[in-house]
Amino acid sequence: MNIWRDIKGTIQPFWITLRNMFRPTVTIQYPEQRAEISPRYRGRLILTRDPDGQERCVACHLCSAACPVDCISMQATEGEDGRRYAAWFRINFSRCIFCGLCTEACPTLAIQVTGDFELANRNPLETVWEKEELLVDHCGQEPDYNFYRHAGIGVVAGRGENPGEDKPVDVRDLMP
Amino acid sequence: MPEWLLITLLILAKLGLVFFVLLTLAAYLVLAERKILGRMQLRPGPNRVGPFGLMQPLADVIKLLTKEDFIPDQADKWLFMLAPGLAAVTALLTFAVVPFGPPLTLFGHEVPLVVCDLNIGVLFFLGLSSLAVYGMTLGGWASNSKYALLGAIRGLSQLISYELSMGLALVPVVMLARSFSLNDIVMAQADVPFALVNPLAFLIFLISIVAESKRIPFDLPEAENELVAGFHTEYSGMRFGLFFVGEYINLIILGSMLTVFFLGGWMGPFLPGIVWFSIKVLLVCFFFIWVRGTLPRLRYDQLMHFGWKILLPLSLLNVILTGAFLLWRQG
Repeated sequence: MNIWRDIKGTIQPFWITLRNMFRPTVTIQYPEQRAEISPRYRGRLILTRDPDGQERCVACHLCSAACPVDCISMQATEGEDGRRYAAWFRINFSRCIFCGLCTEACPTLAIQVTGDFELANRNPLETVWEKEELLVDHCGQEPDYNFYRHAGIGVVAGRGENPGEDKPVDVRDLMP
Repeated sequence: MPEWLLITLLILAKLGLVFFVLLTLAAYLVLAERKILGRMQLRPGPNRVGPFGLMQPLADVIKLLTKEDFIPDQADKWLFMLAPGLAAVTALLTFAVVPFGPPLTLFGHEVPLVVCDLNIGVLFFLGLSSLAVYGMTLGGWASNSKYALLGAIRGLSQLISYELSMGLALVPVVMLARSFSLNDIVMAQADVPFALVNPLAFLIFLISIVAESKRIPFDLPEAENELVAGFHTEYSGMRFGLFFVGEYINLIILGSMLTVFFLGGWMGPFLPGIVWFSIKVLLVCFFFIWVRGTLPRLRYDQLMHFGWKILLPLSLLNVILTGAFLLWRQG
């Protein structure tokens, strides 16, 4: 009968809440206790360096183009050795939604996410991070990758000296 | 010391004591509710202010007192300012007739542990609980806001509907105790509490006081996810605090009424009467919190159907059955 089902459905939840009352809580008491963060957590963004200690970023603007909230801006410039870099690089973390699309767009693996999420600040202007604050002294999660060793022709090494790169062809020679 | 001075002083002492205990208890009931609800949802509840969050009520009071007391431009200013006080005062006044312990002997006087033992205590309680509707309705009306008005209208019709069955559930109690005085009603339960004598009336009264306290599952007047905050949407600062405190004082009052009418008041073995009374009231308060943690809110038509089509006929039937039973027993 329906009424028995209704009565049972009214009584049963009381038992469930009473039982839950004596189970341990799942709350993490944040400042004292910290949650274990996944290695793939998408937190604050950093600009990494390549294994040679040079800046990876080549200021191609792909990250700022991919950014859905337009929080990344930069000015591109070029060094005397032909190496491109960002004259200034700015991320507005009060706009950033931590989607990680910039890291997917980055061809040189320069911009990467970290596990840091403590960006709260009383002054919203201080959540705008400049290049000096974003740039770190390590390779982030890609310790071996060096973009210029693979694609930058003649920048960090002479022509034909990068791994997997052929010697330049002598255009006056008929042999392959 | 002259006689009248002693009696006045005793009454004042009782008043002060009841006032202090009631307000403190109401403040800590808020904390207890937050803690218990938290535990039911697998979180610890407030635990930052003081050890185990025990200073939380104090922090809340300071917060409420220092907040801006905002009065909307289009509001009916005097009614708006009056309504929260009305809600709190009517709740407080009811406790005047509640006997919270057996009579005490002090300085050769027998002091009844009740502020004022009215011989029409039941009617006083019913009258004040009807008056409590005014605080809410006037508050909602004077705010001049659609949400507050809707909440006030809902609350008005809900409280009036459930007061009927609440009053009718008390009729068997009065018939069994043969008195309107709460003290006599407690005395009549010396052997066996009325909850066992007349479980149907107990159940009806329990459901009606949950509705009367405007709490889940009958919190239609303040339904957060429909009406912002219902009748107290426009209130802020300590005026909101008065509504809030009034609600929790009301909870204690209704708990003690349930205790007095059905659970045998301060009657109980071994422990002194006032301890038994406190235990019973706190258990009823825990039950209220438990209900809040368990049941969802009713729909408005369900609320009205339940009140008018089920509770009211049942309580009427119960009055008739109890009367017939008493007549039959007299034979």
